[in-house]
Amino acid sequence: MIFNRAETNMPVIILILVILSAATILFAVGIGPIPVSPDKVLKILASRIPGLRSIPRTWEQLDQNIVLGLRLPRVLLGMVVGASLAVTGVAMQALVRNDLADPFVLGVSSGASATATLGMIFGAFSFLGKYSLPVSAFIGAALTIVLVYTISRVRGRINITQLLLSGVAVSMFMDGVTRIITLSAPNALGLHNASFWMSGSLAGAKWEYLSLPLVILLVCMFVLMINYRGLNLLLLGDESAGALGVDVRRLQKLLVLVASLMAGLTVSVSGTIGFVGLMVPHFTRLLVGGDHRKVLPVSALAGGIFVVWTDVAARMLLAPEELPVGVLTAIIGGPVFIWMLKRNSGRWRQ
Amino acid sequence: METVKEGIRAMRLQIENLTFSYGEKNDIDDIALHVSKGEFVGLIGPNGSGKSTVLKNIYRALAPDSGVIMLDGEDLSAMSHRKSALKLGVVGQENDVPFDFLVEEIVAMGRSPHKKLFDIDNAHDKYMVRHALEHMGMEGMAKRSYRHLSGGEKQRAIIARVIAQECDFFLLDEPANHLDISYQLQIFDLVKRLKVTVLAAMHDLNMAALYCDRIYVLKEGRIILKGTPEEVFTPENIYDVFGVLSDVAVHPVTGKISITFIPAGINAQTGKNA
Repeated sequence: MIFNRAETNMPVIILILVILSAATILFAVGIGPIPVSPDKVLKILASRIPGLRSIPRTWEQLDQNIVLGLRLPRVLLGMVVGASLAVTGVAMQALVRNDLADPFVLGVSSGASATATLGMIFGAFSFLGKYSLPVSAFIGAALTIVLVYTISRVRGRINITQLLLSGVAVSMFMDGVTRIITLSAPNALGLHNASFWMSGSLAGAKWEYLSLPLVILLVCMFVLMINYRGLNLLLLGDESAGALGVDVRRLQKLLVLVASLMAGLTVSVSGTIGFVGLMVPHFTRLLVGGDHRKVLPVSALAGGIFVVWTDVAARMLLAPEELPVGVLTAIIGGPVFIWMLKRNSGRWRQ
Repeated sequence: METVKEGIRAMRLQIENLTFSYGEKNDIDDIALHVSKGEFVGLIGPNGSGKSTVLKNIYRALAPDSGVIMLDGEDLSAMSHRKSALKLGVVGQENDVPFDFLVEEIVAMGRSPHKKLFDIDNAHDKYMVRHALEHMGMEGMAKRSYRHLSGGEKQRAIIARVIAQECDFFLLDEPANHLDISYQLQIFDLVKRLKVTVLAAMHDLNMAALYCDRIYVLKEGRIILKGTPEEVFTPENIYDVFGVLSDVAVHPVTGKISITFIPAGINAQTGKNA
């Protein structure tokens, strides 16, 4: 049985998730105001593979433009963003040893919002051309992390309580800055764009936005996977981890770096899509337990699938208008978070 | 010269001038102690006397402010964390894991110091996990969720983890704290049966007298007494350190020191002068 917690069958679970991911891409690309059937999508995709160009062209140019130009980058970005958020959530939860942590607890999204709105409303970063939005957002995210990290160092090591609290404080500060920027906005269009982006959306997806988040995701995933034993040990507590041969300070620094890189980059291309990094790792652990060797790959794939389908819903619910996907994840995620919280506190009472 | 060398070789742990403080005043001050191969050494003292702090400095949860810790003749501070984890197994006080792991997964974590970056679990790792579980009588619980074990079962799982770690020097930080008496005896018996070197912070004086070969007594961060249980546990010493009256005798069955604490009220009634 696949869902037997005691004898988790990893190859089968991964295989199922890979098939589901492929199916997700195929179907999600086809869904929209102008539907494209999955077999057509498959043919259009196959025709782009070198060596398969001989496929007879039975589709219209419009379909091809929609699939390749608009929807495929958006769906792929959804996969990458979802996977990054889920993996960042896992790393953050190991770092603070609490499964209620999410990728944005350290204030990354608030920092990114401040600089990104500055760029969108006042054009402060327009010299960066088409990359101005992601780069400006990333600058804010990075600044925040450096600040929070510096505050939380006590005697050369990260104090987790101070890390969380300084994350809250810096977030509030950055939110205040964002508020000042939006309140003094000279035009309504910039304001609308900014608030749409801040809510978390994949609507701005472009092929150019894909490669860097993908590379960073793969690199970070690799780094986390080779450290999976250390991550497991970190859940036992700093002292037990140290006693079992983990260089706790080094690993904590590594996790802060990896998590902020992924969270910062994700925010920079898609705004703040909340709760994904919280819910996906949680349900993954219900399925395969706490071992990071299993949690990391499973939550990466599940996170991608989840974000793509939520984004499909965000496109379709109010069609032709579009909801920011972050609004939907928040509406689903809020109640789930409360359920988790209640479940946890029930457990402590026992 | 030869005999001196022999003496050094048998020495597992030697600490000189160890000092550490969390804040302004020294929490442990000028600690000197040693543990030889095969010994069961106890650290005794009231709450807050620095027992855990000494142990944490040895298993590197804390870094000493000054002093030297030599483990098997090597300076501990110059040793990699992995290398010291191959020698020292630790049973600490914080054994709650807020995530869902199977008992066998927790025990298998003891194998990690033996693992390099890209190693996967091999047959020997699996054997050691099974062996450790069997030694602790926990074969049947391997697939249970660690989170749902009782306190005593958790403690046994943690000791199984240290056995799986394959080291022959155990640091125990009040391992039997909060456990029922049957579990307390079981834990110490199981450790004793392993014939490993042990340095243990202990709370219960009678328990210390039953299991320890030698004892160090800590008070306010300093070692004020050391010796065998017979030398250390006298009514005068117990009064000096813990501030309670007691009667000390050799128990006819165990042949070990047995301490009976005498409440102040009883003493007043009999009029006996302590």
